[in-house]
Amino acid sequence: MSTAVAPDVVSIPDSPAVRRPKKRWTRFILPVFTIGMIVYLAFPVFVMILYSFNIVENRQVPEFTCCTLHWWRNIAAIPELNDALVTSVAIGLLTATAATILGTFVGLVLGRYSFRGRGATNFVIFLAIAVPEIVLGSSLLAMFVQLNSTKPVGLTAALGFGTILFSHIAFSIAFVAITVRARVQGLDLTLEEAAQDLYANPRAAFFKVTFPLILPGIVAGFLLAFVLSLDDFVITNFVNGTRNTFPTWVYGVQKLGFPVQVNVWGTVLFTVGVAIAAIQVVRTRRSVSPS
Amino acid sequence: MSQTTADVPGLIPEGMELPPARKGERALARRRRLAAYLLLFPGGLYLVIGFVVPLIIIVITSLSSGGGLFSTGGATTFTWEFSNYSTAFSEHWQIYVRSVMFAGIATVICIGLAYPMAYWIAFYGGKWKATLFMLILVPFFVSFVIRTVQWNFILGTNGLLFGPLKNLGLLSEDFRVLKTPVAVIAGITYNYMPFAALPLYVALERIDRRLVEAAKDLYASKPMAFRKVVLPLSVPGIFAAVILTFVPATGDYINSVILGGGGPGTTMIGVLIQSYFLVQHEYPIAAALSVILMVSMLVLAIAYARVLGTEDDTIAAAAA
Repeated sequence: MSTAVAPDVVSIPDSPAVRRPKKRWTRFILPVFTIGMIVYLAFPVFVMILYSFNIVENRQVPEFTCCTLHWWRNIAAIPELNDALVTSVAIGLLTATAATILGTFVGLVLGRYSFRGRGATNFVIFLAIAVPEIVLGSSLLAMFVQLNSTKPVGLTAALGFGTILFSHIAFSIAFVAITVRARVQGLDLTLEEAAQDLYANPRAAFFKVTFPLILPGIVAGFLLAFVLSLDDFVITNFVNGTRNTFPTWVYGVQKLGFPVQVNVWGTVLFTVGVAIAAIQVVRTRRSVSPS
Repeated sequence: MSQTTADVPGLIPEGMELPPARKGERALARRRRLAAYLLLFPGGLYLVIGFVVPLIIIVITSLSSGGGLFSTGGATTFTWEFSNYSTAFSEHWQIYVRSVMFAGIATVICIGLAYPMAYWIAFYGGKWKATLFMLILVPFFVSFVIRTVQWNFILGTNGLLFGPLKNLGLLSEDFRVLKTPVAVIAGITYNYMPFAALPLYVALERIDRRLVEAAKDLYASKPMAFRKVVLPLSVPGIFAAVILTFVPATGDYINSVILGGGGPGTTMIGVLIQSYFLVQHEYPIAAALSVILMVSMLVLAIAYARVLGTEDDTIAAAAA
């Protein structure tokens, strides 16, 4: 016992003097760590933007020679990349539109009504989000392969634009549905009742009161579906056949070193994404908060 | 407080409740239920065809025989071929173990890095809270493949990071990170960081500061208050972070392919499934591999749903 106590006894006299500066110093650990994390997370994005101004022959190299606008001026110089981008944006917009229409109704119903099958529907939506992408992608491919080989319903699904679009809508609906559901659940239902008390018919009450209130949820769902579709690689890679989207094209060329236009387009999409997110944040702050 | 006047007892006298409304109300309730099914129908049908049916088909495929490079269009016949599962598992169990290990290590690192950061922002961020947290999420507006390709570029053998160190003689010439398990785990850690950071931040932000003050008033030291108050209250966030990071990380494909690049000990289950499906056209084995992954991940996801419910908003917040 006495040996265990000894160090404490020795340290007591100088402990107040030692502890105070120590405390002051440790205060900076967390903020410095957080800033370090922010830098680490942003690092690849910073590299991507910086190297879009790199002076190189045509493929990206680690040596950075400042600076040229050549790649920005020749942003559309690679026809295959342009095709892939057009495909990505087209599929993204179509997916977002279809998934928003279908998913909004699902979210609205789940948020407002109680009915037999509500739990099951919630569960399917939860699964659609929880199942690993690789499983969903391979399942969709298995379905298309079955359709094409045994023709059980007389339908064929040639892998390409159509199958990519079908698959993207399938996984986006659930995300739109939960976004809208969250918004609907935060709604004050008495507002709609108040409108009806003021002699609005149900349709007018819905379109004049409820719809404007859940609109931010619908817009958020649309943007989420668009971003998910634009970003998707794993599922697309299973069902695309020979048709390329932006991510699958980049993946295809990266083994041999990628052209600088990849950095340029990456920067453009990043900027657009950040701008849209910023607008969304400002708009949701201005609009009526749901709770 | 969203009470209608009818909910407040005594506000409307018994007799005042308009009798004819009762019958109309029941009809209205029926119409509302009908409306619910009608509105649900198109989206629900699409979910069935585009999500439920494919999952059923992959289970059927996993119990079929046929397929392979020389089959006609990948036709398979359903024969209760359970041997697909034993083949898939006995030949590839190491890759399952590796996937779970990589995902597990990455999840622990993710939470270890994201927790202190989320804690500091939630508790000491003040009016900069939202801005600081946005700064964490902003890099992830760059698409997954591009981010990973950039890391591939940064971590290159004579690349941005190691090239200069090698020139200075601080690293030996044959040092490399790409095509090693370290690169894959590092990539997964980076790419899934927001999935860990978001639920942790949401959970920590919700904690009532007065509880921490109360603990300190009761002579708890700062570390003690953290251990006894903040940490237990943030457990749902930690749990959500584990599920949201671990499940997609186990099925990860991009990091393993781009950063692992086929190096020894880097292949994960996603790569194997993809290669069986798209390269070798061995659909039944590929399907069996997929179903094993799906079932094991679903067990985790359902455990999560049981604890926090499918309508918990941490997932919704993380998804949005």
